Amino acid sequence: MALKMVKGSIDRMFDKNLQDLVRGIRNHKEDEAKYISTCIDEIKQELKQDNIAVKANAVCKLTYLQMLGYDVSWAAFNIVEVMSSSKFTYKRIGYLAASQCFHEGTDVIMLTTNQIRKDLSSPNQYDTGVALTGLSCFVTPDLARDLANDIMTLMSHTKPFIRKKAVLIMYKVFLKYPESLRPAFPRLKEKLEDPDPGVQSAAVNVICELARRNPKNYLSLAPLFFKLMTSSTNNWVLIKIIKLFGALTPLEPRLGKKLIEPLTNLIHRLHKHLSVFAVLISLSSGMPNHSASIQCLACVLVKYLGLLAMSKILKTHPKSVQSHKDLILQCLDDKDESIRLRALDLLYGMVSKKNLMEIVKKLMLHMDKAEGTTYRDELLTKIIDICSQSNYQYITNFEWYISILVELTRLEGTRHGHLIASQMLDVAIRVKAIRGFAVAQMAMLLDNAHMLTGNTQRNGICEVLYAAAWICGEFSEHLKDPLQTLEAMLRPKVATLPGHIQAVYVQNVAKLFATVLRGQEGVPDRQVAQETSQLLIDRLPLFVQSANLEVQERASCILQLVKYVQKLQQKEVQVAEEVTALFAGELNPVAPKAQKKVPVPEGLDLDAWINEPPSESESEDEKPKAVFAQEEQRPTRPRHPEVDEKELARRREARKQEQANNPFYIKASPSSQKVYAETPGVEHIPVVQIDLSVPLKVPGMPMSDQYVKLEEERRQREKAERKKKKEKKRRKDKCGRGHRAESGGESEEDITPAHTVDIVTEEMPENALPSDEDDKDPSDPHKALDIDLDKPLVDNEKLPVRAHRPPDALKSPVEGGEGEGVAQEPKKKSKKDKKEKEKRKSKERKASVCFCFACFGIILGFVIGRTRGAPVRPLAVPETSSFLVQSYDIQGNLQDGSQVVVSVIFENKSSSSSFLKCMEFNVLDSLNSKLQRPEGASPHEAVTIPFQLPPGVSNEARFVFSVQSIVMPQKLKGTLAFIVKDSSTHEKLDFKLHFTCTSYMITTPCYSDAFAKLLESGDLKASSVRLEGVSMPFHHLLARICFHHHFSVVERIDSCASMYSRSIQGHHVCLLVKTVSTVSIDAKCDEPSLLENVLQEIKQTFAKC
Amino acid sequence: MQFMLLFSRQGKLRLQKWYVPLSDKEKKKITRELVQTVLARKPKMCCFLEWRDLKIVYKRYASLYFCCAIEDQDNELITLEIIHRYVELLDKYFGSVCELDIIFNFEKAYFILDEFLLGGEAQETSKKNVLKAIEQADLLQEASVCLHAGFPPSVLSESFLCSLDIAGVFRRVKLD
Repeated sequence: MALKMVKGSIDRMFDKNLQDLVRGIRNHKEDEAKYISTCIDEIKQELKQDNIAVKANAVCKLTYLQMLGYDVSWAAFNIVEVMSSSKFTYKRIGYLAASQCFHEGTDVIMLTTNQIRKDLSSPNQYDTGVALTGLSCFVTPDLARDLANDIMTLMSHTKPFIRKKAVLIMYKVFLKYPESLRPAFPRLKEKLEDPDPGVQSAAVNVICELARRNPKNYLSLAPLFFKLMTSSTNNWVLIKIIKLFGALTPLEPRLGKKLIEPLTNLIHRLHKHLSVFAVLISLSSGMPNHSASIQCLACVLVKYLGLLAMSKILKTHPKSVQSHKDLILQCLDDKDESIRLRALDLLYGMVSKKNLMEIVKKLMLHMDKAEGTTYRDELLTKIIDICSQSNYQYITNFEWYISILVELTRLEGTRHGHLIASQMLDVAIRVKAIRGFAVAQMAMLLDNAHMLTGNTQRNGICEVLYAAAWICGEFSEHLKDPLQTLEAMLRPKVATLPGHIQAVYVQNVAKLFATVLRGQEGVPDRQVAQETSQLLIDRLPLFVQSANLEVQERASCILQLVKYVQKLQQKEVQVAEEVTALFAGELNPVAPKAQKKVPVPEGLDLDAWINEPPSESESEDEKPKAVFAQEEQRPTRPRHPEVDEKELARRREARKQEQANNPFYIKASPSSQKVYAETPGVEHIPVVQIDLSVPLKVPGMPMSDQYVKLEEERRQREKAERKKKKEKKRRKDKCGRGHRAESGGESEEDITPAHTVDIVTEEMPENALPSDEDDKDPSDPHKALDIDLDKPLVDNEKLPVRAHRPPDALKSPVEGGEGEGVAQEPKKKSKKDKKEKEKRKSKERKASVCFCFACFGIILGFVIGRTRGAPVRPLAVPETSSFLVQSYDIQGNLQDGSQVVVSVIFENKSSSSSFLKCMEFNVLDSLNSKLQRPEGASPHEAVTIPFQLPPGVSNEARFVFSVQSIVMPQKLKGTLAFIVKDSSTHEKLDFKLHFTCTSYMITTPCYSDAFAKLLESGDLKASSVRLEGVSMPFHHLLARICFHHHFSVVERIDSCASMYSRSIQGHHVCLLVKTVSTVSIDAKCDEPSLLENVLQEIKQTFAKC
Repeated sequence: MQFMLLFSRQGKLRLQKWYVPLSDKEKKKITRELVQTVLARKPKMCCFLEWRDLKIVYKRYASLYFCCAIEDQDNELITLEIIHRYVELLDKYFGSVCELDIIFNFEKAYFILDEFLLGGEAQETSKKNVLKAIEQADLLQEASVCLHAGFPPSVLSESFLCSLDIAGVFRRVKLD
């Protein structure tokens, strides 16, 4: 045997190992792809061999190739094989490969559940460690659900090496399976005070990550963390804790004050250490004193972080940052783009009414110098963002803003023409007072259009002409010289503009025409009006020939109109009024979310079918008449109310799904683009008084700078006036308590806008609900973790434990014996009058005990292939106790076919201070199974449990059962007697243990050759079963059999798989699972009655799902 | 941390570790894009950059770039510290590590990383503990290799384990 092994390993030496592969790839630089494809062929050959060492080597090579970008998903099953090797060397490679190659979509993950569970409970801590590490990379919601309980157990493992891994991986589990958070949280909290620093820091890590997302649920932990912070010396942990406090302080202001002292100490201690900045950054959100930190930041070397920290501080303490404005503006000259962008971000937050003009001026200067269009574009968008933030809050002078926008148009090669255009439109429409000025500026732009038309690509700067033309046309009554603008818009050069701009031009030419006509109304000389018509008739044909349909259509329409007008003019008819009437009414801005907020009228169900859904069956198609007649009898209103809530939710879900898949469906997005709809007759918009402190007409191109000066002057003037007023006031109450020192600068509120500007709010539908929910992202995984952790655990909140009887059994009242039937009643009751019960509980101070029965296969203190699980099986409950849950799983043991060790966890769930003592456990033995009692005890004596239970505490006791025959399932009845200390009454609980045949099976791997031999041997009896109505995918089906019935997959070919398992007494059970239309299982076993029972149990498992 | 990449100055990927489940296609796209962005940066530029909605923290050690992606609220400096700690660990384990060590023992580099980080969070901050765990796991691995290869347990002396490169030994013998 040994010789054979040596021979095998010598053979292996001629295979390529990983080093050879790497070397080979490096030597074949020219034809790498070809070399690798031959390597992959070799690997495929190696994977077909039985020798696990060869397979592991192949998988290792595959992992390397995967990194190089080659697809290795075809080998997923082989990876699982290597993972399940019993040798640590190969297992390690297998898990590494899995963690690199598997992702949520990998099917074979389903098959790994049992293997991982086995490794998690392995006596070798490194096996467990490797499984945990691997799991952290590919945990899926299913795995998280199935393994949560096992991982939670590992959190109290004796080895800190395992504990810390288990603690960390719990975070991943929470993300995938949020229900596990509450049951696991108490234990997680315990780990904060673990003696091992590694475990402690892991727990801090996990809780910090959880708390950062939903801080309010973790406020109660603040004292604990405070203690940790003052006692811990580990910088890594400290940083995490400070970060956590950063999240907590905004919610609890008192915390901030308490933190000042320890934090200052920390800063002094960590001085010069880079992480002091980390501390500062975290601390800055919600801390009251900043003088120290700001000074540090002012002289930072690490510019980026300094800026980042400042932006955090800015949110809470804007004033302290504003004094560093110059420093920040300097950062704009930095070489590194990310620093410049950070600085820009900071500026965004720093602006106020006072300094907006100054900052924007500096930015404009900066833009002239800036190189690279991307960065310049970034600057441009930032300028616009800064100015337009919070509904133009900081703009005191809109004329200045318009001139800034116009100046921005001179920027070469920008791609944000569209943005500028939409800003122009927005301001011109919403700020009524500015329209006159805006129109003048736009007319100038149109006049100088040649400067802008250089770049005619989409989104180029020529987009602003779109806005300019529209504004000039729409508000043409403000135009000084409409005729000139009209001419400018009809220049032949216009034809080179993009189609959509030309279309706007044509439309607005018509509007201007109307204005010109109206202007000429009273004039006796009709020459001008007629010349204008002639101009249009001459120039419009240019547009009629346009390649753009829209332009063509509009142009020909308007051309005909003008021709008609000309005819009327020649007849000396007054037409101006009628032409103007074409464009009467005002256009109002509509809020982007308006459509969404239109309330659904009562009685209208948007989800109901208007017509009957088209049926797919042909029979209905054949008799359309009947359907029609039926329709007629009904009221014309669409029917709706029959659909219940659930159904609606389902449909909504389906529709969302469909929309997500439909590339043509336009999703609602908070884009800034507005929908301008014509709503005539809006008189309710307030008319604005214009304070003409600034001359409206500015000759030549506007210069925003002059506004800065004017604004300064104006403010000075106002200030002086205010001072005068104050003086007066002061003189009046001179006898008061002294003077207040005149503050150096003017405060924010003191600055009055140059115009009394009313910003027209965007229109919203009537009775629209103010809701901002739509801003939240529903797909955020952390949202699901927003769970209240302080509420006590309810007893149905338990981590799912593996069950041979799925917990659904509880729901079907018919199923099960008397014990179950009785047990359900109190459970239901407890739901119905829970409140009442709680009251009663506290009054009577009755102890309630929760049992968790978990049976392990244990021999000589050595756990073997343990896979745990428990169907939640409530027991018969005496009237006096509130409720009890018993759950257990029975697991056999290969080495000793006659013994089972039962671990029982007793938990005292009583809320009052009732102590439980003198607990005695007894089972009514059957012929087949017996509870092993201490030596010398009589066969019916109870076993005393060697501990007492204070309230809320749980402890574990073990009982050994001897089993003779395992071919039949059986039930054992038992009782637990105990004394409640205070009342010193004896209480008794009855329960039942159910030993299924499945529970005697042990997952045993089997190779296909051994399997074939076994089947050929002919000592096995056959039997078969059909599973009706099972519609799950095949691999799920397999996984389920593996999971619930302790089988392992030997081989799988398409929709056919062979499986193997072994009983604790060494019976072989072989299954052949096939799925065609139904699932059939052919089975062979050397013990027919065992086989029958196992098959029945499998059938039951699938009947329930 | 969302993922960690190691790549050479030539843009060759040396190590990748993903703590978020993504499809291979996405991983490839992200890798390609990031390698390009990071390599294009000049040495004097700062080692943090914003990319999509993530922050990238990178550092160059000799010819290797270590590059981590973290979320918006995560701390850049601690990430930098993590990178440095990982490099220290590699250095201790391989003894003045170079790129070739990582290329030829890439699985070892992964094992060290897995001992140090788990699920994107720092798992063990003590260098000593990480190395101890790795050494013991290696010992276990080599012992099982020996047993599997049919060597009697008596040869499992420590000095033997240190010089254990069975495949290499055999090949050399054959070539001679």
